[in-house]
Amino acid sequence: MAGLAASFGSGAMTNTIGDLEEADLFLVTGSNTTETHPVISTFIKRAVVLQGKKLIVVDPRRIVIARYAERWLRPRPGTDVAWLNGMMHVIVAEGLYNREFVEARTAGFEALQKTLEAYSPAAVEKITGIPAAELAEAARLYARAGRASIVYCMGITQHTTGTDNVKSLANLAMLCGHIGKPGTGVNPLRGQNNVQGACDMGALPDVFSGYQKVADENARKKMAAAWGVGRLPTFAGMKVTEMMPAALAGKLKGLYIIGENPAVSDADLGHVEKSLRRLEFLVVQDIFLTETAKLAHVVFPSACFAEKEGTFSNTERRVQRVRKAVEPPGEARADWKILCDLAARLGRPLAYADERAIFEEIRAVTPSYAGITYARIEEEGLHWPCPNEEHPGTPILHREQFTIGKGVFHAIDYRPPAEEADADYPLFLTTGRVLPQYHTRTMTGQTEGLNELAPESFVEISLEDARALGFDDGCLVRVASRRGSITVRLKVSPNAVQGTVFIPFHYAQAAANRLTNAALDPVCGIPEFKVCAVRLEKAA
Amino acid sequence: MSQQTQTLTIDGKELEFTPGETILEVARRNGIDIPTLCHLKRTAPTGACRMCVVEVQGGRALVASCAMPAAPRMVVATESEKVIEARKLILQLLLASGNHNCLVKGSDGKSYDDYLARLRKAGGNVQPCPAWGGCRLQELAWRYGVTGGRFSPTPPRYPIEDVNPFIVRDFGRCILCGRCVQACNEIQVNQAIHFGYRGAKAKIIAAGDRPYRESDCVFCGECVQACPTGALTEKDARNAARPGETRRVRTTCAYCGVGCQQDLHVKDNRIVKVTGVEGAKPNLGSLCVKGRFGFDFVSSPERLTRPLIREGDSFREASWEEALDLAARRLTAIKEKSGPESLGVLSSARITNEENYVAQKFARAVLETNHIDHCARL
Ligand code: SF4
Ligand code: SF4
Ligand code: SF4
Repeated sequence: MAGLAASFGSGAMTNTIGDLEEADLFLVTGSNTTETHPVISTFIKRAVVLQGKKLIVVDPRRIVIARYAERWLRPRPGTDVAWLNGMMHVIVAEGLYNREFVEARTAGFEALQKTLEAYSPAAVEKITGIPAAELAEAARLYARAGRASIVYCMGITQHTTGTDNVKSLANLAMLCGHIGKPGTGVNPLRGQNNVQGACDMGALPDVFSGYQKVADENARKKMAAAWGVGRLPTFAGMKVTEMMPAALAGKLKGLYIIGENPAVSDADLGHVEKSLRRLEFLVVQDIFLTETAKLAHVVFPSACFAEKEGTFSNTERRVQRVRKAVEPPGEARADWKILCDLAARLGRPLAYADERAIFEEIRAVTPSYAGITYARIEEEGLHWPCPNEEHPGTPILHREQFTIGKGVFHAIDYRPPAEEADADYPLFLTTGRVLPQYHTRTMTGQTEGLNELAPESFVEISLEDARALGFDDGCLVRVASRRGSITVRLKVSPNAVQGTVFIPFHYAQAAANRLTNAALDPVCGIPEFKVCAVRLEKAA
Repeated sequence: MSQQTQTLTIDGKELEFTPGETILEVARRNGIDIPTLCHLKRTAPTGACRMCVVEVQGGRALVASCAMPAAPRMVVATESEKVIEARKLILQLLLASGNHNCLVKGSDGKSYDDYLARLRKAGGNVQPCPAWGGCRLQELAWRYGVTGGRFSPTPPRYPIEDVNPFIVRDFGRCILCGRCVQACNEIQVNQAIHFGYRGAKAKIIAAGDRPYRESDCVFCGECVQACPTGALTEKDARNAARPGETRRVRTTCAYCGVGCQQDLHVKDNRIVKVTGVEGAKPNLGSLCVKGRFGFDFVSSPERLTRPLIREGDSFREASWEEALDLAARRLTAIKEKSGPESLGVLSSARITNEENYVAQKFARAVLETNHIDHCARL
């Protein structure tokens, strides 16, 4: 979420789930909301269907939420910066932008304005395939709405231009002043239940909890003192997408993986497996023997969410309680306990009486969590930042001013995706989730009923493309990219549009990520899962 | 709030109200319990079941309090004789409208075993009701001393539909209150079910009267949670536990980032059912198919129960002592030989904040590496 942080000073959802219903218009892009964040989609659907609010969906697939939309725009995959610049071009050219807001609260407008000149709707149509008139109309709807909320997800971030895409969304919101009020904002929906919390807690290479920079000497001193250690490492930490190549190169020799299954979820899969195999020592701590755990030297059995106390922070920065309902199976232990047990053996004990004691330490060293206590969130979670125990929490960010002071416009030019459809690989592939499954299915795969609803991988294709290729619904096809190939069942669907096919990434047996491109966003290190070029052949 | 406060009288108490509030809302706000069946929060009142009728002084007929706006100087009685008679009649008719055998031969709700015994004696179709002890209709029948039997029960007109993994639709136990229809259309907006047919043939149908599986139903289960009777129940929970036998533990969903608040219903150290926490933010009681039905993994026999140590191409079980010692030894050896820069930690978006915090502390303060990340980029 580096894009949002660069624009506003904070990378999190600016508004809350509940206040979505106050918007007059939604712009949903790169989010298959009904399948990946089903309960959030109910807020949007209610507003649209029962209160007559407007919805614009911009997505390469005709996803379910597009049924409720006033307008569905279909860009070619990987052209988000172009259509966003196009919308802003119209808004500036027609004087529909919020001058007052731009002058009072932002910086960098002139440079943006210059860049936008080249992005007339007609020029953008050539890049994106979105008809010029439709784009202009969508731009007017967004700009004129009393309150407009932007909702996005991995469809925006999982590109080599992911950071640019996010900055462009932030540009659009600032241009129209649709931020800092209920029913507005730029709202990234986090995919996994505690991604927000993992980031907040400093499970990132460059920051401690609360986004306190490791590079900042004062922060390092403060943490070292709190932790009772002499000094803390200063070298630049690697992102997961850098750790894998480092492992392959033999530079990273020992890896400790907790509750993740990168052997299935990583882009360009074959490469991850190879990297993990190169490690001198791999520890995996999980609730199941996942594909990744199978590569480990030591596997620790851990307790799942229902077997321990603690907190999760949801996509709207709300810190909520997790409670123990059942005992862990066999000798499984809570993840924190395992780490503490190991630390003791490594000569640097970490000792806590219980989860609450850990949370108290978090509060003590993390300003944005300082005011949150287990007692305060017994009934209802609080939104950080919450600096002290009297503070009510912060449902809406950037009300009076942005976290960084003035909001920053970024003048960004369109860059094509790392790979485009061509003669050899004529179709775009995009990947994503389906409603009944979750991530690599370690959890959902255990519920028979969910498997019954979504039993196997498939490639979703439009009727037109299927006909042109002479394939029947339900036949087995080989999908090949420059990196590999998988065999899956063909599913002709009205959700697909000509030229783009879709494969869910949940299934290890026919892992879509064998096909995807490991080309990374230079800032975020997020792989380009959402676009690559493929070819379909009859399965042998 | 309006400039001058307005008041009405309910059961002898003078109560303030905001224009637009219904009698039911004012009563509930003041702790007066007017019983309802079809009323569903956050949806438009339908007044279909008429369970919430009250007597308004000066009015000729009883009125449905869920739909009647409060008015100044109104005088309302919520449990007058007339009201109680009307409710009893409604309950008797509802109980006779299908297979509501919970009150069979004077079963008084005190003992499930007694209920089963009476059912067996009664013969015929003796399937016990899975909602026994957790049914609003049954609860109200007890409250008003209604025992059924005044009208003879109607045999179910439609067979049970359960050709899907999660939800059983027992039309014989449906009282056509419409809560499920409202839940599906006005809360989840999945628009999968509606009222079909007319009069005595009335039925809640999906997609031209087809099974849920062949409709737009996405198995969010909102309708099940809304159903006041045993007409819609969770398939798995039917056999696992009866209402009342479980302990509820409130927690946060383990799947996506919405962070829905849910109650885990636990019996014998096992989760048997999950429901949304009514009224709690952010989800206000709603869940999706994963949050509601995807809990089998917790008690899966494939869960890891002991530490494993690699031996060649396979694993052997080990004690915690041995596995921890081995990990400590190997990590220390790498650190000493190649430096902390050669060690990394991948934490998880699925473990708690407390654990992520400990993981980064473990990386930085114990292993002394900044190579720590989680997999959300993937
Ligand atoms: S499960 Fe959900 S989608 Fe299906 S009928 Fe019930 S409320 Fe509607
Ligand atoms: S199925 Fe349940 S909620 Fe739906 S109408 Fe029948 S009794 Fe009411
Ligand atoms: S119930 Fe569904 S929408 Fe809610 S948090 Fe769980 S997975 Fe997400």
